[in-house]
Amino acid sequence: MAGEKKKKIVKVIKIDTDKCNGCRACEVACAIFHSKPQYSGNNPAKSRIAVLRDPIKDIFVPVYAGEYTASECTGRNKYVIDGREFDECDWCKASCPSRSLFKEPDSGLPLKCDMCESDPPLEEPMCVQWCLSDALTYEEREVEVDEKEEEKKKPGEMELGLESLVDKYGMEKLLDAIARMSRGD
Amino acid sequence: MRYAETGFNLEIDLSRGNIERVATDPRLAELYLGGLGTNAKILWDRVPPDTDPFSPDNLLIFGTGLLCGTPAIGANRTIVSTFSPQTGLMAYSMMGGFWAPELKFAGYDKVIIRGKSPKLVYLWINNDKVEIRDASHLKGKGAQETADLIRHELKESKAQVASIGLAGENKVYFASIEQGRSSASRLGIGAVMGDKGLKAIVVRGTKEVNTARPVEFFEHCSEVLKYIKWRDDHPIKGVPPILSGLGSPQEMAIYDEEWHTTNFTWGNARHRRRDFWTKEVEEKWKKTQQNARVRLLSCYNCPMECGALISAPGVPKYMMKCYSKLTYTMAAMSDLDFGFKIVQRATEYGVDAFTTPQVMAFALELYEAGILTDKDLPGMPADNEGRFYWLLDRIVRREGIGDILANGVYHAARQIGKGAEEYDHNTIKKHEQLPLKLGMLNPIYFLMYSTGEKINITQIEGQFPQAPFATREEREEFVKDWFQVPDDRFKQYFLDWDPRGEHSIPYYPTIEATCEIVDWQEKMHYIDDALGLCAGLSSFPLKPPYHIHNLPGIISSATGIDFDEAKLSQAARRNRTLLRAINVRRGLDRKDDSPPKDHWRNRFPELETKLLDEYYKFKGWNNRGIPTKESLQELGLGYVKEDFLRRGILTENEAAPPGETPAETEKK
Repeated sequence: MAGEKKKKIVKVIKIDTDKCNGCRACEVACAIFHSKPQYSGNNPAKSRIAVLRDPIKDIFVPVYAGEYTASECTGRNKYVIDGREFDECDWCKASCPSRSLFKEPDSGLPLKCDMCESDPPLEEPMCVQWCLSDALTYEEREVEVDEKEEEKKKPGEMELGLESLVDKYGMEKLLDAIARMSRGD
Repeated sequence: MRYAETGFNLEIDLSRGNIERVATDPRLAELYLGGLGTNAKILWDRVPPDTDPFSPDNLLIFGTGLLCGTPAIGANRTIVSTFSPQTGLMAYSMMGGFWAPELKFAGYDKVIIRGKSPKLVYLWINNDKVEIRDASHLKGKGAQETADLIRHELKESKAQVASIGLAGENKVYFASIEQGRSSASRLGIGAVMGDKGLKAIVVRGTKEVNTARPVEFFEHCSEVLKYIKWRDDHPIKGVPPILSGLGSPQEMAIYDEEWHTTNFTWGNARHRRRDFWTKEVEEKWKKTQQNARVRLLSCYNCPMECGALISAPGVPKYMMKCYSKLTYTMAAMSDLDFGFKIVQRATEYGVDAFTTPQVMAFALELYEAGILTDKDLPGMPADNEGRFYWLLDRIVRREGIGDILANGVYHAARQIGKGAEEYDHNTIKKHEQLPLKLGMLNPIYFLMYSTGEKINITQIEGQFPQAPFATREEREEFVKDWFQVPDDRFKQYFLDWDPRGEHSIPYYPTIEATCEIVDWQEKMHYIDDALGLCAGLSSFPLKPPYHIHNLPGIISSATGIDFDEAKLSQAARRNRTLLRAINVRRGLDRKDDSPPKDHWRNRFPELETKLLDEYYKFKGWNNRGIPTKESLQELGLGYVKEDFLRRGILTENEAAPPGETPAETEKK
């Protein structure tokens, strides 16, 4: 039997790579919005958006940090669009072992875009607000979803980090370490 | 904890291969801010005035501005300071792009280079890991090519590269340092880098830059962004389209070049072509530009799109910055498609796009006059454009006549002799100027041309309209939302400024008002150059988002050091005076403070003398342009005063004796 339907807002950032001028203001906006205390530190390496740029080849692709993955892809494909050659990785949102992108530079823990969810909520994600060239624009779309599906909890930042630590050290070692820490050893 | 700055400089001795990370004095930011200010302090302290620019003792400083790496919009400038082989004076070329913020993220405010490497090397700064690496395989490579090769070899696509091309390696006096879509071009700093055997500095950083009062600082940034948007929708009326918006002149976006092509001069700054801009030219140039321009480009954290990726027929893609589009075109009396093509080669060679075309046009004038002959120019093609390519190739290789031309118009004219000196008509302090020749002396521009220490009009002008508006109504409209003025009396100066009659140039603005207007314009540049803010959002355009009223709050919330307008103005004045002192110590004198002789047809010697006298007084300098003991003391530059007294540049009893400065006598 189908579950109850429920209305949900899907947040959409539209990325127009033709309009990107490569300035990386989106990275700045993201980095400071997520720094603690808020706005205190700027470090694009901690941004959850990155402009992958190769100016001479006319490649400017703002990419958002997506899922964490423990393993790399098996192959590396290439796309040719309008004569420009893109690595598959140029489009990929994953925080993965093949690159340093979307990882905390100090801890190596994965980063993920959270659409700047905050209280009170922002009108638009910070990166969109700082993009004056309109390469990034924001829209909201209403969709109907299964209530049951919706109830599944989305993994938060800590869960993501823990997942990557489990992948790196194994569950047993991690639990040991937490147990030791909680005893204050 | 240090805010806005990292608190560390990198000291690199290329002679010994030594690398040190040195903590800096936190009090310096309060006095000199950073960037140009602290660069100047280091040059004053550590480079004696008799040091040859090509001596291992000359320093080459890559300084970031105080606000670089913070979220401040457009704070991305690298201020490169050294002594110029062309002028012998302090050079402080600057570049936008991405290099300065990256250095901050790597954990450094400056890279200070001394000594000379016995073989060609590059410097690789990767956070705490700093290496001097062999660059022999990069010898002779283009500047952009070098950047690509290094990023590939280090497998660091995000590294930022500042590099020199062949011109820098061969110590051409107008060699640039190139960096992506930007370059530090003026005054031959690329030659100093080449002399030190340094092909490139490569930076990658993943650390944090912090601000002291983050929320307050962020609100300032938001205000600036909001105003940029507003200003974009409200271009200034009554000025040419190229000057109506923010940013550098929008050469890459705008097609209407009537103002530059009919007001500026062609060839060796000679020919005014008032009827040049026709419908046909406009159509043709528009098409050329649309075809060549692949994408408009910005510098780090700036919404202005002052550069572009260019793909001209038959040459590899490259990135162009604003005005180089026209300098080669106009010097060669050619067409825009030639301009787009030759700049590709010039950018890879790494040469200044202001000076280079003029040097070549100068050589061709000498050829036409019979001063240079076929013997001097063996094998030079017959067509004008071919000649430009031919000369460019010889200059950057210092081959034949190129070896002389590579020293710039002033030195080349004297080396060639036979009356060539007469053709050196567009330099100030031995440095080539914008090609502009006008009728009536403008007192504001007279002082700016004469005294600007950067020796480049675009680095001192801005803020105040270049010419009066035709009607009172237009002026009233203009001053309505002109809140950037330091004081309302500046509005009055502009309201009363007429194109003709009693209140027109050269006698209006009055001498007193002229001094104030020049000082305001210069002050804003000095603040930008210390903060690393792009002049395109600040000191250069009319009605900019950064101004004397919001900058103190921005600096205070970023650094935690409290500034008000008076204290910030005092810091700018301190920096400006220190620069003057550095150059005075190297022999700069009142006689050097003059515009090109033929810049204006109508000159007024008596008025000009008065202007200079009063302006010097206004600046706290004596009548020979030397900062007085009192003003040095007041600015906290007592150490400069002591040095001047020791050298006899100033004496205990009065301002200074007439005649030559001792430094000048020493030089002889």
